[in-house]
Amino acid sequence: MSTATRTDAPPRGGTLGDSARRPDAGPKVQGRFSFSSDAWATNMLWGATLRSTHAHARIVAVDVSAALAINGVSCVLTADDVPGLPTYGLIDADQPVFARDVVRYVGEPIAAVAADHPETCRRALEAIRVEYEPLPALTDPLRAADPATAPIHPRGNVLRHQRIRRGDPDATGPIVVEGTYEIGMQDQAFLGLEAALAMPDDDGAGLELYVATQWLHEDRKQIAACLALDPERVRLTLGGVGGAFGAREDISLQVHCALLCLRTRRPIKMQYGREESFLGHVHRHPARIWMRHHAERDGTLVKVEAKFWLDGGAYASTSSAVLINAITHAQGPYRCEHAVVDGWALRTNNPPCGAMRGFGVVQACFAHESQMDRVAAAAGLDPVEVRLRNAMHTGDRLITGQVVDSVAPVERCIRETAEIPLPAPLAPGADPLDLPGGSGLAAEQSRVRRGVGWGVSIKNLMYSEGFDDSSTARVQLSGGIATLEFATAEVGQGFLVLAQQIARTVLGVDRVVLAPIRTYVGSAGSTSASRQTWMSGGAVDGACRIARERLFEAVGEEHGIDPIRLAIDGTDVVDTAGTLRVPVAEATNARTFTGEFEHHHRPTGELDADGQGDCHVAFAFVAHRAVVDVDLDLGLVKVVQVATAQDVGRVLNPLAALGQLEGGIAQGLGLAVMEEIVLQDGRMRNPTFTDYLLPTSLDAPEVVARFVEEPEPMAPLGAKGIGEPPCISVTPAIVAAIRAATGRDLVRVPVRPQDVCL
Amino acid sequence: MSYTLRINGEDRVVQDATISESLLFVLRERLGLPGTKGACEQGECGSCTVVMDGEAVCSCLVLAAGAIGADVRTIEAVSPAGEYNAVQEAFIAEGGVQCGFCTPGLVVAVQHLLDRTPDPSDLEIKEAISGNICRCTGYGRVFAAVRAARDARRAGAT
Repeated sequence: MSTATRTDAPPRGGTLGDSARRPDAGPKVQGRFSFSSDAWATNMLWGATLRSTHAHARIVAVDVSAALAINGVSCVLTADDVPGLPTYGLIDADQPVFARDVVRYVGEPIAAVAADHPETCRRALEAIRVEYEPLPALTDPLRAADPATAPIHPRGNVLRHQRIRRGDPDATGPIVVEGTYEIGMQDQAFLGLEAALAMPDDDGAGLELYVATQWLHEDRKQIAACLALDPERVRLTLGGVGGAFGAREDISLQVHCALLCLRTRRPIKMQYGREESFLGHVHRHPARIWMRHHAERDGTLVKVEAKFWLDGGAYASTSSAVLINAITHAQGPYRCEHAVVDGWALRTNNPPCGAMRGFGVVQACFAHESQMDRVAAAAGLDPVEVRLRNAMHTGDRLITGQVVDSVAPVERCIRETAEIPLPAPLAPGADPLDLPGGSGLAAEQSRVRRGVGWGVSIKNLMYSEGFDDSSTARVQLSGGIATLEFATAEVGQGFLVLAQQIARTVLGVDRVVLAPIRTYVGSAGSTSASRQTWMSGGAVDGACRIARERLFEAVGEEHGIDPIRLAIDGTDVVDTAGTLRVPVAEATNARTFTGEFEHHHRPTGELDADGQGDCHVAFAFVAHRAVVDVDLDLGLVKVVQVATAQDVGRVLNPLAALGQLEGGIAQGLGLAVMEEIVLQDGRMRNPTFTDYLLPTSLDAPEVVARFVEEPEPMAPLGAKGIGEPPCISVTPAIVAAIRAATGRDLVRVPVRPQDVCL
Repeated sequence: MSYTLRINGEDRVVQDATISESLLFVLRERLGLPGTKGACEQGECGSCTVVMDGEAVCSCLVLAAGAIGADVRTIEAVSPAGEYNAVQEAFIAEGGVQCGFCTPGLVVAVQHLLDRTPDPSDLEIKEAISGNICRCTGYGRVFAAVRAARDARRAGAT
């Protein structure tokens, strides 16, 4: 259903630029790939977690004696059994391993059990008696922002406040438009539920953990601190990961599983069900955003004013970083000289929120793109013209004062998207499956209206605010075979095949073996922030280049040639100024060349009190145009087509890249029209796939994608991260299309049927 | 309790099981067949799809003891290790696999579709796999894989 166009000459099979096959695809289509939930050990026990049933309560007593008395139960652990740091967290360690005196959200862990069967675990959890004294729950983030509200945590209710002041705060123009927008709580909803297997060391003083995560070394650091163990005694191996999308950045069951293992000295398997998964990982921050734009009569932006309130839930997770991403992207991919922006990330008794694909920028983009359409309407421009008129270029400044020195083909993304043909009108007598409502067969074709809408976005790549981010890789080249070792989490995005492509290209080999992904090599950082192609790709590239240099030195010495004249051509070492041509397999026969490289991106800085500073590394851009059909009476929406042109720097694997674009678009579609965790007094009303709706094949639009290839000089391979941009501006594009079809002033996502038809 | 199930053409004895166990649990945890995945426990996502007496079913919704006497086929029976049939080959070649958690269920569902409907239309493909949720691909490459498998089978592949 999708198309993508390329013009390059075809590369050697399996190298960069080729749609090389994923090494993990074969085992995956056969059901032979081992996911973390497939891990199994003789003599293993099952672990399970007891969770709070209150959004806010004092724990008066926890009595585990009845649970311990059940046949088959090996142990029950509570806060008293945590030997090290009682809390953990990615940025602030404020989340208890087990709640001790107070619970702050429904689902907060209180105890863990180990038993011989999942059913025994379930009975044991039921037998634990927790006496609660309920406290008033703080579930409204705006109330949390009020200094008069009593703190629900010793560290207070404001997780972070940051302001941005740039230019003249009184600047204005003849056009002033404003709106208040809401974004609901989205779930990452990866399919592969949280699971881990912990294996005790022979002496019982350390352990091996097989776990699905995004960042092995960060997990190890947090686990070791809670266990009071030397990190060397905690060794992690990546269990097969069934999707992540940010939900595996934070610790979920890792510490509990490790504690049960150390206590019982038996292998422990833990595995969440779907409902527990909803409770056990962080979500996308629900947000309320007020924005006011000032513009000249011709639609040129003068000033953006904004206030952001992000609901961080009970614990910090990455809220402070999500907030900075949100507010520093308030202007969108547009020039804007003046800014007055404030943002708050707030602590409430709602479930904790943290990383999800797009990381704060999704929320900002829904607001700024809705605003751009208001500016367009006030200036009498169409949605494309207003965006072209304001499009950012390389060298323009953000409202933080940072110069955008990344390649910034915003205008080209918009123009190439606009060139994609619109879909044919809905044919008379269309198949009911093609109407809004899909398999519900509900819509009445005469009441279906079509609309078109636009969204354009900017997204930072890698981590920000001074974090010294790096990734390490090793290579060993011998007998024409390269073996790569790194700790980069493959979560489905396709890094494994990319690593092989890099090694084949740089070293002139066909066969690339991948060592297990584990903590036996330096950290790769997290598989998040669209960073692994740049960071771990850079590490693999660097390691391979070092090994290649050593190979050239050896070949040069043997043949009396200056190594600087040697190059790789296909699978041969060649003398670029002579006739020597030696196959790499022969040149590496019976000897080994190694390389290890730690790739760092350039340093970033903090923001000052006025939100000024070079806090981001680099940026990527994308445009989306959505076409929808809406049943006016039922409020049902069918997304017919999404056209997109994305700034990717350089396409390294066309098929994998297209898969990222299409997959991101589906998640952005989900946020636009169906996906929301509904909370009532802090309690999830729909923590199941029956009630939390995800896009199915019948919801999938036709996607027409174009890659905008302008290699990024700062990026090791010329390629920008491509994971997050696809899911960001597609959401406002779809909502704009629904507005166009219905005339409704829609200010929240997801758009619900009642928002359209009541 | 102990009982015997007919799995992939073999009689398999399930020993010391409790009556409440689903077919999914027994396949994965008792019979060493972890290819079938579980992701929702409610029959919504299709990750646990197996074919039972010729019908594609969600094994999470089938009580294992209720499958006594039935012919159950799982992903493990689709092809021998290291060999791919037309559907599997198409998923690999067309980029239909990302994290791969939904893939075994999708392969079983698509195989089942093409066995019954050798020449499905695009809309029939969409409807046939609408019970298999994929969170990674947005379905574009999955549709491409099903079309490629359909075309390969029509050209004689198995």
